[in-house]
Amino acid sequence: MHSEPLNDRNVSEHSAYYYVDIEEYPTTGWDKFKQVVKRTFRGELFVGLWVVMREMIKFDIHTVKYPLEKLPIGPRYRAVHKLLRLWESGYERCIGCGLCEKICISDCIRMDTKIDENSRKEVTEYSINLGRCIFCGYCAEVCPELAIVHGQRYENGSEQRAHFVIKDDMLTPLDFLTSGQQAEYPGFGAITPNESVTKTPLAY
Amino acid sequence: MNEITITIDGKQVRTQEGEYILNAARANGIFIPAICYLTRCSPTLACRICLVEADGKQVYACNAKAKMGMDINTKTPVIEEEKRAIMEVYDVNHPLECGVCDQSGECELQNYTLEIGVDKQHYSIADTHKPAQDWGLIHYDPALCIMCERCITVCKDMIGDAALSTVARGSEPLDAAFKESMPKDAYAMWNKLNKSLIAPNAGDTLDCTNCGECTAVCPVGALVSSDYQYSSNAWEHQQIPATCAHCSAGCQISYDIKHTDIANPEAKIYRVKNEWNYVSLCGAGRYGYDFQNSNVTKNPVAFDAAIKAFKKADTIAFTSTITNEEAMILQRLKEKLGLKLINNEARVFKNFLDSYSAVSGQSLYSGNLKEVHESDFVVSIGTALKTDNPNARFAMNNALSMNKGAGLYFHPINDPVIEDMSKNLTQFNHAPMMEEAALYLMLDLFGDKTAMPSITVDYLKSFHSLKTVTVEESVDEKVTETVIKKVLNEETGVEEEVSEEVTKTVKKKVSKEIEVDENRLLDLLNAPTGFAETLTKYLAKKEKFSLMVGPDLYTHPNSANCARLVALIEKYTAFNVTMIPNLANTLGVALICDLDEKAGEYTIGYNTAGDFTLSALGNGDLDMPALNQQEGTLTSIDKRVNPTNVALPFGGYTLNDVASALGVSAALSVDYTVQLPVSAGFKAVEFDTLPNHYTNAGEEVRGYVLDTLKVFCGKDENVQAFDEKDAMTTSVVYLANPVLQFTPFTARAHQLNEEGGLYASSEFMSSNGLNLGDNVRVKTPKGEIVVSVINDSKINGDITYLPTFDSKINSQALFGDYRFSNVTIEKV
Repeated sequence: MHSEPLNDRNVSEHSAYYYVDIEEYPTTGWDKFKQVVKRTFRGELFVGLWVVMREMIKFDIHTVKYPLEKLPIGPRYRAVHKLLRLWESGYERCIGCGLCEKICISDCIRMDTKIDENSRKEVTEYSINLGRCIFCGYCAEVCPELAIVHGQRYENGSEQRAHFVIKDDMLTPLDFLTSGQQAEYPGFGAITPNESVTKTPLAY
Repeated sequence: MNEITITIDGKQVRTQEGEYILNAARANGIFIPAICYLTRCSPTLACRICLVEADGKQVYACNAKAKMGMDINTKTPVIEEEKRAIMEVYDVNHPLECGVCDQSGECELQNYTLEIGVDKQHYSIADTHKPAQDWGLIHYDPALCIMCERCITVCKDMIGDAALSTVARGSEPLDAAFKESMPKDAYAMWNKLNKSLIAPNAGDTLDCTNCGECTAVCPVGALVSSDYQYSSNAWEHQQIPATCAHCSAGCQISYDIKHTDIANPEAKIYRVKNEWNYVSLCGAGRYGYDFQNSNVTKNPVAFDAAIKAFKKADTIAFTSTITNEEAMILQRLKEKLGLKLINNEARVFKNFLDSYSAVSGQSLYSGNLKEVHESDFVVSIGTALKTDNPNARFAMNNALSMNKGAGLYFHPINDPVIEDMSKNLTQFNHAPMMEEAALYLMLDLFGDKTAMPSITVDYLKSFHSLKTVTVEESVDEKVTETVIKKVLNEETGVEEEVSEEVTKTVKKKVSKEIEVDENRLLDLLNAPTGFAETLTKYLAKKEKFSLMVGPDLYTHPNSANCARLVALIEKYTAFNVTMIPNLANTLGVALICDLDEKAGEYTIGYNTAGDFTLSALGNGDLDMPALNQQEGTLTSIDKRVNPTNVALPFGGYTLNDVASALGVSAALSVDYTVQLPVSAGFKAVEFDTLPNHYTNAGEEVRGYVLDTLKVFCGKDENVQAFDEKDAMTTSVVYLANPVLQFTPFTARAHQLNEEGGLYASSEFMSSNGLNLGDNVRVKTPKGEIVVSVINDSKINGDITYLPTFDSKINSQALFGDYRFSNVTIEKV
């Protein structure tokens, strides 16, 4: 669709804009009173009630029964983050490189790292301030280990405006992993599956 | 040295004759890649990447000296090919752990790989397993090491510990085919790299003074601080330019700060960094950074009590670990409230300076550490150099190793670290109180006797005597012999016998009696035998002379005489003199405050004991900010007023708040920077205009240098004789700190936290039957304490020392003014 007709804001018969035919508003008190009486006793309310009644009796309802029922969302949808584990060993994928922290444009990721007893970098704390997160997906895109990904949980209702997700909330629980419930993120930043991918995919 | 003009890549560049091409290029903003070269140290030629073409010949920019009119080309196809091959070789088997590596992007390997554009790898070799090693404060991962040997170079040429060297790598030899196919320099570099690894000389652990400079110079993440390891990424830090608060060297540092953790947004110092090309840090500077007074809030009750105490007090006692501005506030308080200011250590330094000025006519000494770095004959008198001012020690070592220098070290305690600096260094472990003898010896050996006051010349003469000694000498003797030779007569073809006279030289041993000049001063100073000849050897081709004098002279009972002698040395010898102030700002305090000798009845202690104490150590009646929580200036040994900034927040009251409540008011402490006394050499400069950096040419652009003022001095150059009988020959104890410690502030840092005791050499411990941790009663004429014995492997001999950094040990009470005291030590 071309946008040119919309850019022309001079209302005329040639443009896409036109005046809606609206009745004049009543101005005097008597006219206003007449309008109220007319609207009250015309029975328009019952038209609507009848439609509801008719559909109820037909038992053919298309409404999604949220929150009992949820629509599937697109694979590229960027909802609340998840931290994944390696399929093979069950270790955390996150190596603590800090790239997500660096790239985050709303500066809402923070992590604490230390050296663990195996001389590896251990991520002791990881948090995303969802009050500030704009769900841009940069963190998932930059992650070299495909460790932080976006999940499908979009309900962010909370008592606090700035609630956090911390590491325990995001990390795949071990029983989830063993029962095969950890989902790879198929959205932006993920790799195209091919033969070279064995079990745990890597970005390179 | 002459200034010359050379051309680098078509750009005319002015530089000094004999300067390395690399340094000339760097000073003029021309980029030549170099990995193994360290400014102020000797070229290693390990990386070979600084290859350039000078007048059509390939040379290494780091060790080729600039000549007049030289035409240098840094980019030719051959050189580009070499550089590319060198970088490819460095990337062979380098672990791809950049994501977790502590260098986190500050990596020279990464930078040059990208700069040169390595996108393919042509070389390979089987990798070997090289496990990481823990060396205490330092962590070494040989897998990451690229063998640039900068750590070895800095440890030897700058620090003087020489604690690191290369060992066999234990890998397969290179594929012979590479020798043909590879560029020449890249192959040579690889061949060397493939044979070696870094290892401590002492085996599994480092035996050194723990300066950590090796971790600072490491271009990759191979050598890192164990404490910092994996705790943060470099890019997250905010760098706070500052001046180290521990000793008088006033090194430029940056405090790297970041939030404490995810739950605590308050700033925390993660590490200290330095501009390692231009300034080297000691371990106290590098690891002693978290001495802040934390979790302090404004406590109005304590503040009111402080104001009351000030109104009641007649004395303020303080230490020199304060800024110039705080010193200025104290001086103003003194003027306003008529208080006495007590700071013994700064007072004796001030007296020493005054006595010096009375002869030299200058308010300040002439030298600085930069001049020591540049000299080739360095003398140190009256200071335990490695612990009083580590940077002065680095300067001396650097001068000895880089300028083919020689040195003399006068101190009662034998120091193996000093001994290992150079073969051309002699230690004089004289008896305490013989410092004047050392100064007289300087005048005797180097003084211009024609210009010196005749009384002094005569006094010096009195130490000399002629002694007849029998020496065996080998003498060349000419012996003439008649030899019969057979010579072919060419005309006749017959052999004829011809007699010929031949002169031969024969070596013959002759015993001879000669008269030698004996110098009693040398005996008094326990000079090694044959020192006179050693000195002649030392002095060959020496041009620049530096003398460093230290706190033993300031605290000396005859310190005024010592100071006059120092002034005479400066006047009548070629030496420039540098005085080592005891603490971070001793010089500043000495110049700013009028210090009193005797305390009154009610004392306010600032960072020291008093009836009411203000303290940044967290143990006082009112909390004060530590030097990493304050902005202000510190006066260094280089007579430089260096700015330092706030690295960590402080929630309490400052000295300025207290002073303001007492009527000496200013909005900020740094408002006093501009008011520092011009009459003492300070400049009226606003704090915010003070710079704090080094240029690419290595020029120090920090704060400003104090003006040396002309002081009225009479013609009186008389110095007093010293009494040989004063020499303390019985058991003595010294007041000094171990390596890594200066004040209670260093001991507060979590990496340097330790308890003090009586420090003794292994020799002393075994000869007295002492074991580590034994409690001993240390008894001096002034008092006694019971402390545990600690072994210091970095001293030799019978003299023990007590530290000042541990506030639990009141060691100063055991001493008079002088740093040495007679002592009896018994096991309890």
